[in-house]
Amino acid sequence: MNVLESMLVAIIALRTNLMRSLLTMLGIIIGVAAVITMVAMGSGAQKEVDQQIAALGTNLFMVTRGYSRDHGARRAAGTRVRLTEDDARMLKEQIPEIVAAAPTMRGSVQAVIGNTNWATTVQGIDNDYIVARNWVVREGREFDPREVRTGAKVVLLGHTVAEELFGESNVIGQTIRLNNVPFRITGVLSQKGQTMNGQDQDDVVMVPLATARGRLIGHSQSVPKAVHVIMVSVAEAGMMDDVEQQMTQLLRQRHRIRADQEDTFRIRNMSEMVETRAETSRVFNMLLAAVASVSLVVGGIGIMNIMLVSVTERTREIGLRRAVGARSRDILTQFLVEAVTLCTLGGAVGVLLAVLISYGTAEVTGWPVALQWEVIVLAVVFSAAIGVFFGFYPARKAANQNPIEALRYE
Amino acid sequence: MKTSELVEFERVGKVYQVGDSEVHALAEVSISIGVGDFISVIGPSGSGKSTFMNLCGCLDTPSEGRVMIDGVDVAGMTDDELAALRNQKLGFVFQQFNLLPRTTSLDNVALPLLYAGVKRRDRHHKAMEVLNLVGLSDRTDHHPAQLSGGQQQRVAIARALVNDPVLLLADEPTGALDTRTSAEIMMLFQQLNDKGISIVLVTHEQDIASAARRRLTFRDGRVIEDKPIEQLRFLQPDRSVKIA
Repeated sequence: MNVLESMLVAIIALRTNLMRSLLTMLGIIIGVAAVITMVAMGSGAQKEVDQQIAALGTNLFMVTRGYSRDHGARRAAGTRVRLTEDDARMLKEQIPEIVAAAPTMRGSVQAVIGNTNWATTVQGIDNDYIVARNWVVREGREFDPREVRTGAKVVLLGHTVAEELFGESNVIGQTIRLNNVPFRITGVLSQKGQTMNGQDQDDVVMVPLATARGRLIGHSQSVPKAVHVIMVSVAEAGMMDDVEQQMTQLLRQRHRIRADQEDTFRIRNMSEMVETRAETSRVFNMLLAAVASVSLVVGGIGIMNIMLVSVTERTREIGLRRAVGARSRDILTQFLVEAVTLCTLGGAVGVLLAVLISYGTAEVTGWPVALQWEVIVLAVVFSAAIGVFFGFYPARKAANQNPIEALRYE
Repeated sequence: MKTSELVEFERVGKVYQVGDSEVHALAEVSISIGVGDFISVIGPSGSGKSTFMNLCGCLDTPSEGRVMIDGVDVAGMTDDELAALRNQKLGFVFQQFNLLPRTTSLDNVALPLLYAGVKRRDRHHKAMEVLNLVGLSDRTDHHPAQLSGGQQQRVAIARALVNDPVLLLADEPTGALDTRTSAEIMMLFQQLNDKGISIVLVTHEQDIASAARRRLTFRDGRVIEDKPIEQLRFLQPDRSVKIA
């Protein structure tokens, strides 16, 4: 008797007890569906984090104004002590590992074109910022150094702004009014998507730092060259800690902070933050998959349970089959194939269910879901393996029955 | 060594281990069954007739002596070889019919052919043939639950015949049937025997036993009587009726 015949016999036997077969399969169906769905959701989340990491920029520090302590009273961040363009320039000059140090300012503007308008964020930058944050100019060009230096009225539009104000039409060279000041559009940035906090990074316009300060955001009287944030990009990930120390030292020096005083600025390792998040989500995914796998194993135990019942119930059938010429190997194969068929069918249905659940969840909640073929194939193979593993004991029990006693079994 | 006999028992003994004690189920049994024999085996329970059947049916091997089936010594045969022997040379009929539930008569009858490695179409063809032989060609698609006891036993007999066995072994085949149906089944056995099929039939009813040509009486694991039966019972009026 070949395997095909055995499968036929198994399917007939399973059909004879349809309800029970279905209920037994349910364990495997749920298990497989759970594993695939969990992994799909996990890798979806993983993908999103990876995208965020890529969008953030490589090996990135964010230097912001810190607190200053004034006779024990804590002031709000940024009071008294300012970061300046010169700080940024010095960082880049003094620390060779720094690839880009971009001083930036941030504010909000109303962008108007014709009769449409859009409230958005304006970012005052120099070209280092584009390097540090891995921005890509999709159309048009970056600012040229002269534009940056002189504070020209030029602007780069974020993807969202371009879409909201212009739709599909060509924007390069057109004029847009920001807070009633006309700006010439030199380029459009490619899409980055949301930040970890769910902010749209593409809802932004970028102008040269001097332009932002002079015409849109305004400047401090006491520290004319003050900036909000300095973004620092480092050549290699391994240098991050070293560079952080050097930056702290340099900035303390420049700001004349005494040894007993706290830093008046904050250096945040952005890459580390996202890496941590990525690591957390990886661990979380593994946990989810592990829990889902447990349900698959429980399903397998269900299979074993039912197969044992089935073997006992069909003792006389086993005896009869042996009497008419079945070898004990044939009986083993029969019950093993039955268990594997149950599991594989369950696995297949589970895959279908998982696909439905995954896409359904993605549709309803908007969560990113990434179904992976490898996982699907693996889950089906694994469920078949569970069939073999949990089916073997009952099948061996069936095959080892003494035919005489089996025939006499009541 | 090849003999002309179908089944040959040479001083066969069978000892079972039950707990600490040994039970001698069979002792010093020497019997020959020739081709075309129709033997009934009778005796009280525990007399060894079931053990005798199991040995005839290659479901068991002797502890002492020698059992030859169709010229082959079963001693020292592996489990698989015994299974093949049962499949090729023997047919079993049981008291409880032992048909697979929710399976058609045709598939039930074809079951031994599955293990003989016969192709599906040939299996069905052959099963049809033997169902016709036992007079159930109009019940091929019925499940056992849709058949009467007598019909079920006929299906079981068809199944026993499907692989053209040299010997049919019937263990209380009428035990679960009423008198009239029993008589019909016995007549079927007689017809089959007339066609040259050898039969060994275990029963505890004298009536049934006397339908055979030869009767073995067992007691305490030994054959105490072995004699031909002159007056056949359950005979059809016209024995020349063709049944195939």
